[in-house]
Amino acid sequence: MAVHLATVIYAVQGGLSAAEILVRTRGNAAGFAFYSLFVLAVTVHAPIGLRSVLIEWLGWRGRSRDLFLLIFAAALAWMGMRAAVGVFA
Amino acid sequence: MKKESSYWVFMVHRVSGIALAAFLPLHFWVLGNALQLDSFLAWTEQPLVKLGEWAIVLALAAHLGGGLRVLALEFLPWRDWQKGLAAAAAALALAVGLALALAL
Amino acid sequence: MKVSVWKGGAEGRFRQFEVPRQASQTVLDVVTYIQRSLDPTLAYRYACRVGMCGSCAMTVNGVPRWTCRTHVDRVLDKDSLSIGPLKNLPVIRDLVTDMREFFDKWARAQGQFKGNRSKRDDFQAVKPASAERMQVDAAIECIGCGVCYSACDVVAWNPDYLGPAALNRAWTLVRDERDRNAVARLRAVAGDAGCHSCHTHMSCTERCPKQLSPTAGIAGLKREVAKSILRGEF
Repeated sequence: MAVHLATVIYAVQGGLSAAEILVRTRGNAAGFAFYSLFVLAVTVHAPIGLRSVLIEWLGWRGRSRDLFLLIFAAALAWMGMRAAVGVFA
Repeated sequence: MKKESSYWVFMVHRVSGIALAAFLPLHFWVLGNALQLDSFLAWTEQPLVKLGEWAIVLALAAHLGGGLRVLALEFLPWRDWQKGLAAAAAALALAVGLALALAL
Repeated sequence: MKVSVWKGGAEGRFRQFEVPRQASQTVLDVVTYIQRSLDPTLAYRYACRVGMCGSCAMTVNGVPRWTCRTHVDRVLDKDSLSIGPLKNLPVIRDLVTDMREFFDKWARAQGQFKGNRSKRDDFQAVKPASAERMQVDAAIECIGCGVCYSACDVVAWNPDYLGPAALNRAWTLVRDERDRNAVARLRAVAGDAGCHSCHTHMSCTERCPKQLSPTAGIAGLKREVAKSILRGEF
């Protein structure tokens, strides 16, 4: 998490451009490995956190809530890996 | 009812978490469209979008700070001053937010 | 001074009374004056009136407190006071709440000691300076007044949540080396209704009239549950 934050702040110095970013990331196996792990972590962490919010603030009880979260997690995983491949492959 | 600092740290932690969870799908989708990134990046030059970016990074820092506080409370030996961890979490978030603000 | 007091059950309204100020007046004094001199139908609870039993707990200016231990001087808000029943509990009438659910949750958290010695066995010596004993000492003085339960946001948001008092009591038993019910108790306090729903707002710790810290006990329960899962006991 901290690594990502530092990376973002570093990358943003002096403006952003696709070329700038992609030239550094394309073909970077270590970067791909790191961010794949990151996507996995996020896919697990975000739904768990949202679960408390759904129960306590939306009063969503029952299996449908957990099913929704599972679908959300799957969506995050798919989109996340698509992004990782897009940037690092 | 008067609320103590721990309540506010929790509230920031929760709201930032919701914001991040809402932001993530968009972030992943944009990155996944890496080939069209430049046109998207041109769009992000708008001041409102810049503000949104700064807010998201602030949310990330705040959420990280709040999370560290929760981990400290739950896994380290209990001390009364741990209520002050709320302050530490806030300070961390602010520091990161400033760092990004300067960069943007 | 102007005193607003809740009258009614779940439905009702705040009724205003004009109450004379006295030196060293407590909120319980105020409630008693109202019931004796202004409104004999006012229902409220108290017993010891000296800060030992916890029966007089009510919501004063939005905050749960022991009214016998709350001086009017400390809480008076621009010459007015607001008194209501404890939050998060059903109201029977006026300032009296139904505390059955509070104690039911205590039982659901396995808040009872279960040993395995009889009077025929020698008693088990527990060293007062042992780390476990000291953790129990820090949490054992709870008298079940309900202030922490009333202060807790998660109790308000999640009706199943066992609450700080029940979980705190479970913690003292988890740390009691004589107790033999550890795994069942940890199962009872884990999960959505239990310790994992505590978000460390620390309202309970802030408001406990006996300066206990249910947040600390609940953090301890989270650690113990994690350890128990790793040991494969769940």
